[in-house]
Amino acid sequence: MPYLGSEDVVKELKKALCNPHIQADRLRYRSVIQRVIRMSKLDQWGQAEVLNFLLRYQPRSEEELFDILNLLDSFLKSSSPGVVMGATKLFLILAKKFPHVQTDVLMQVKGPLLAACSSESRELCFAALCHVRQILHSLPGHFSSHYKKFFCSYSEPHYIKLQKVEVLCELVNDENVQQVLEELRGYCTDVSADFAQAAILAIGGIARTYTDQCMQILTELLGLRQEHITTVVVQTFRDLAWLCPQCTEAVCQALPGCEENIQDSEGKQALIWLLGVHGKRIPNAPYVLEDFIENVKSETFPAVKMELLTAVLRLFLSRPAECQDMLGRLLHYCIEEEKDMAVRDRGLFYYRLLLAGISEAKQILCSPESDPSLRLLEDQAERPVNSWALDFNTLVPVYGKARWATIAKCQGVEHHGPELPNTAAFPTSGSLIPEENKERVQELPDSGALMLIPNHQLTAECFEKTWLSLKVAHQQVFPWQGAVHPDTLQMALQVVNIQTIAMSRAGTQPWKAYLSAQDDTGCLFLTELLLEPANLQMQISVKQSEARTETLKSFISVLETVIGTIGDIKS
Amino acid sequence: MISQFFILSSKGDPLIYKDFRGDSGGRDVAELFYRKLTGLPGDESPVVMVTTGGRGHHDDRHFIHIRHSGLYLVATTSENISPFSLLELLSRLATLLGDYCGSLGEATISRNVALVYELLDEVLGYVQTTSTEVLRNFIQTEAVVSKPFSLFDLSSVGLFGAETQQSKVAPSSAASRPVLSSRSDQSQKNEVFLDVVERLSVLIASNGSLLKVDVQGEIRLKSFLPSGSEMRIGLTEEFCVGKSELRGYGPGIRVDEVSFHSSVYLDEFESHRILRLQPPQGELTVMRYQLSDDLPSPLPFRLFPSVQWDRGSGRLQVYLKLRCDLPPKSQALNVRLHLPLPRGVVSLSQELSSPEQKAELGEGALHWDLPRVQGGSQLSGLFQMDVPGLPGPPGQGPSASAPLGLGPASLSFELPRHTCSGLQVRFLRLAFRPCGNANPHKWVRHLSHSDAYVIRI
Repeated sequence: MPYLGSEDVVKELKKALCNPHIQADRLRYRSVIQRVIRMSKLDQWGQAEVLNFLLRYQPRSEEELFDILNLLDSFLKSSSPGVVMGATKLFLILAKKFPHVQTDVLMQVKGPLLAACSSESRELCFAALCHVRQILHSLPGHFSSHYKKFFCSYSEPHYIKLQKVEVLCELVNDENVQQVLEELRGYCTDVSADFAQAAILAIGGIARTYTDQCMQILTELLGLRQEHITTVVVQTFRDLAWLCPQCTEAVCQALPGCEENIQDSEGKQALIWLLGVHGKRIPNAPYVLEDFIENVKSETFPAVKMELLTAVLRLFLSRPAECQDMLGRLLHYCIEEEKDMAVRDRGLFYYRLLLAGISEAKQILCSPESDPSLRLLEDQAERPVNSWALDFNTLVPVYGKARWATIAKCQGVEHHGPELPNTAAFPTSGSLIPEENKERVQELPDSGALMLIPNHQLTAECFEKTWLSLKVAHQQVFPWQGAVHPDTLQMALQVVNIQTIAMSRAGTQPWKAYLSAQDDTGCLFLTELLLEPANLQMQISVKQSEARTETLKSFISVLETVIGTIGDIKS
Repeated sequence: MISQFFILSSKGDPLIYKDFRGDSGGRDVAELFYRKLTGLPGDESPVVMVTTGGRGHHDDRHFIHIRHSGLYLVATTSENISPFSLLELLSRLATLLGDYCGSLGEATISRNVALVYELLDEVLGYVQTTSTEVLRNFIQTEAVVSKPFSLFDLSSVGLFGAETQQSKVAPSSAASRPVLSSRSDQSQKNEVFLDVVERLSVLIASNGSLLKVDVQGEIRLKSFLPSGSEMRIGLTEEFCVGKSELRGYGPGIRVDEVSFHSSVYLDEFESHRILRLQPPQGELTVMRYQLSDDLPSPLPFRLFPSVQWDRGSGRLQVYLKLRCDLPPKSQALNVRLHLPLPRGVVSLSQELSSPEQKAELGEGALHWDLPRVQGGSQLSGLFQMDVPGLPGPPGQGPSASAPLGLGPASLSFELPRHTCSGLQVRFLRLAFRPCGNANPHKWVRHLSHSDAYVIRI
């Protein structure tokens, strides 16, 4: 127990917070908490500690809730960032059913957070920036008017600059886009190559919304003819061409001449991919690729060779006359002389594909040139505040969600991570954790939830045999509009660990798909999706290897979520 | 909760090591931390780091550290703790150690190991208290103070111990002694240092328009008086908080946000702009304030660059004119201009307007040092460089447009006796009556320095 002044309250508090009998007696518990809140002579460490304890308390009524919030209001104005953030977290969690209170609190904490962002202590500044990013995920416009606070100065350490660039990238809007881009452009020529590349990638990210201005800057950067800049610019071009088809024309115009300044594997792959896919719009594409073929012997990266094979074959399909000769030479080299087996096999594969006929090759290689829907999947629109309220003022935002997940996984093997007891102590954790965190919910051993095992593999024959031997356990119809994008659906299903066994091609009528999944007890779920566009509905039939209604129910709800999400995006 | 706490020197040698919970590895964590810190990949931040050992969960721990005057203060924890509180605690510890040992540094720490351990025993684990005042009752060890030998010190000693003029004027090293000097030393001076420090960050566009001004100000107090003695700090009366408030006649001094230390009484602040407080011994930030976009005084520096860029011959000529807009009596010290240059600059020839200036190339940038710039003065430098590598269609004559990769210029400087917001301390009054001792010395200083002063070219 920390030092909380010398009051007698400490003793009682100790009892109340540790003793389950008192916890059960809500009246006593409540009065203790009221007294704790009113304790005035705490130093900042005591206050932070008390705020942390109060996270465990669940007010009984709305009245009591607002009573507590009013009592705690002064903590939000404390001069210590630790106390302010602790209070913010408590407010966000207590007011989880009142979004306007949450927004209000985040408005109040804006000042202290911005002050911490320009604090003299680099470390504090970094932690604050991470939390700003967290808030921006839910309220994209929250810091837009303060964008100037996130401009980098040259004396700042690297890790702060990178965070600031990320923040700038996220808070950009119609009003500040011009200034932000101008600032970012200055960073692109920074002495530090890493920082310059991060700035270019950020411009690439903004280009998805503000295409024209960004394309102009990126094209200008190519004029510098510096290797480390050109390679990243070309990589952003590739991503842009894939995500925003409207950029393609500008990208194609900017590309000629880039090949002289690209030496690394990533950049070469991006350039070759662009030349292959959009080669019909770039007049000198075959000659650039020919140069690459001439030098293929001295090429050190197998990945570049693979990309080259695909690109030349694609270009051959659209511009056969110019490419036939060099395609022959490349295939000959790859099959006869190449030592890397993967490249050799790829060469052989394409050779046989060509033997099978041009139309077959076209069918296989000429996939769509862009996929704007990927973008929609990628930036999941505003996440609700409640999805990260529990993580606020912890190490999670500081590490970043992705890194934290790997850390927690490492720890989870041995024990249930430090944050789990906390979640379990929180009575309504179930409702608090939204869909994205489903995996975490599933890790709770006693929650009784369905847990689908990842990497579950079932062969098509095996599926067929099982499918025929079982009876339909559940049949349901979901509304559906428009066409299906099989790749998108497949990807989304993979996220929730449902494997796709087979699927009809897009546009086929009726459209069918077979899915399979397995939970941790070994129970198999086999599913058929049947879409008849005529009556705007998707029929699902689920078969189960062991009859258990609870898991079946949760499996169907998972499926429903996925289909609902994909359907929403399309409509 | 903190599992371990240690202090490393800038080279990674452990100076202090303390284990509180005994739940994770031994002393080698310090070494592990330093190895991780130096071998960190570029895109990860060093502030928070994790180690996960494969053998058991005892090996998982988070390192959280701050850098303070060349030292690493590191805490390890295995819990998902609040980063703000912990970082705050670490910086508070740094101040506390400074209070007890004099200024914080490798030498002072290694000289006062016993004292530091004693302090850590009292403070950490679960945080007990970080108040210098409370801790005073528990700490027995006395600080060993170093007396660095320097010629300046000799001059202030004076003949036969007589107080010379100099020792009264320059308290340069006086503030870096421990707050709690030895109990036996009765000749201890009662001194109070009050600093108004402002950090200025500015961004000026290439056309000279002001894009951003941001002032972060602090009033810091270091008190050697016995605690409980009350003091009153009078601020400029025209001091306004927020955009709408209006005080006095004329433009006034306006800041956007103010926050005070919890020991400050504000009963006279509204009426007379007086802060009343009973400071504990040691350092404390009395007030913090911020000001953005609306500066009452002109900016301290204006830069007028002109660039001649001959693509054909690769000759780059930069003419920089720096005007200092401070009042004529003030001056700026340690002014340094940093101008990033395009890659591949080989030679530099320079014409500077006065002999004490210096310019050199380094790390892909031009550094122009001006040790002292008087208010109202104007300085200039003409720099000619060859940039052979930079491509471009040859044959174009000299052009005024800057090549990519040049700029933005950034300035760093100090402005002694000047605050950009205009805030001044009118008076510092002590209610404390010393028994028998001479009146306490009061030192009030104002200082502004640059955080980021960037001018686009």
